[in-house]
Amino acid sequence: MIIQAIAFYLFAVVAVGSAVMVISARNPVHSVLFLILTFFNAAGLFVLMGAEFLAMILVIVYVGAVAVMFMFVVMMLDINFAELRQGFLRYLPIGGVVGLILLGELLLILGGWTLSPEAAQQAAAPLPAAGTVTNTLALGQIIYTQYLYLFQAAAMILLVAMIGAIVLTHRRRPGVRRQNIAAQVNRRPQDCVEIRKVPSGKGI
Amino acid sequence: MFVIGLGHYLSVAAILFALGIFGIFINRKNIIVILMSVELMLLAVNLNLVAFSTALHDLVGQVFAMFVLTVAAAEAAIGLAILVIYFRNRGTIAVEDVNLMKG
Repeated sequence: MIIQAIAFYLFAVVAVGSAVMVISARNPVHSVLFLILTFFNAAGLFVLMGAEFLAMILVIVYVGAVAVMFMFVVMMLDINFAELRQGFLRYLPIGGVVGLILLGELLLILGGWTLSPEAAQQAAAPLPAAGTVTNTLALGQIIYTQYLYLFQAAAMILLVAMIGAIVLTHRRRPGVRRQNIAAQVNRRPQDCVEIRKVPSGKGI
Repeated sequence: MFVIGLGHYLSVAAILFALGIFGIFINRKNIIVILMSVELMLLAVNLNLVAFSTALHDLVGQVFAMFVLTVAAAEAAIGLAILVIYFRNRGTIAVEDVNLMKG
């Protein structure tokens, strides 16, 4: 129990601290690196809660794909970041007030709120007893049966996002010679090859 | 204090969510950091879903968190693609210049 508490506080403190650094770092590259640290610690919290599959997905998808994509964009674009930080102090008070009010309200709700006793009996897909089935297997058993259509819809969203990102960023540059396969395939010998009789003793 | 329950996880998620909102306000010009703040808020939502899933012994919360994660990944991909073409057209990513598109 004490080890669980120590691990929770470690992960929580590092996650919140690096989240603060994400929004306040001077250099966006540092922001992305702190974002990666936040995701790792959130994955640790997921493991503590017993959601191992989601923790691994978080590391693979967020750290491996999303954060690397952010890093790619930050480094690829030549942006003057000092200029973009000009309004930092001007928006600090209003942002602080809104953030603190929101945090206060959320914590107020947490303080005066309890689970209803019959809530635990109304689980749509009860967690398997500890030690019988792994988290991944249990998730797979309901995703591929009860939530199949939602799973397909998620796949569709990813497909649309992939095609959308390619269509948006793809550009045709003039002056670049590229292979035109249709033109190559459509070439016929009679269009390109000419047979001539060459009389002996004369040129063409 | 030493027994970690639902409330502890929800508090961490609430703090992360508020930090996301705060980040959107203080980095109003830098759209890359705004997108990162949105990712932080979605992470807080996922923490909430998984915390309730564990507390109520219901696996549906984790399924839903997975779908939220899918949407977050798609949103980041499209957002960054729009950012790249915006930068290509205008040479800057300042959010304030976007309203020039109003015509």
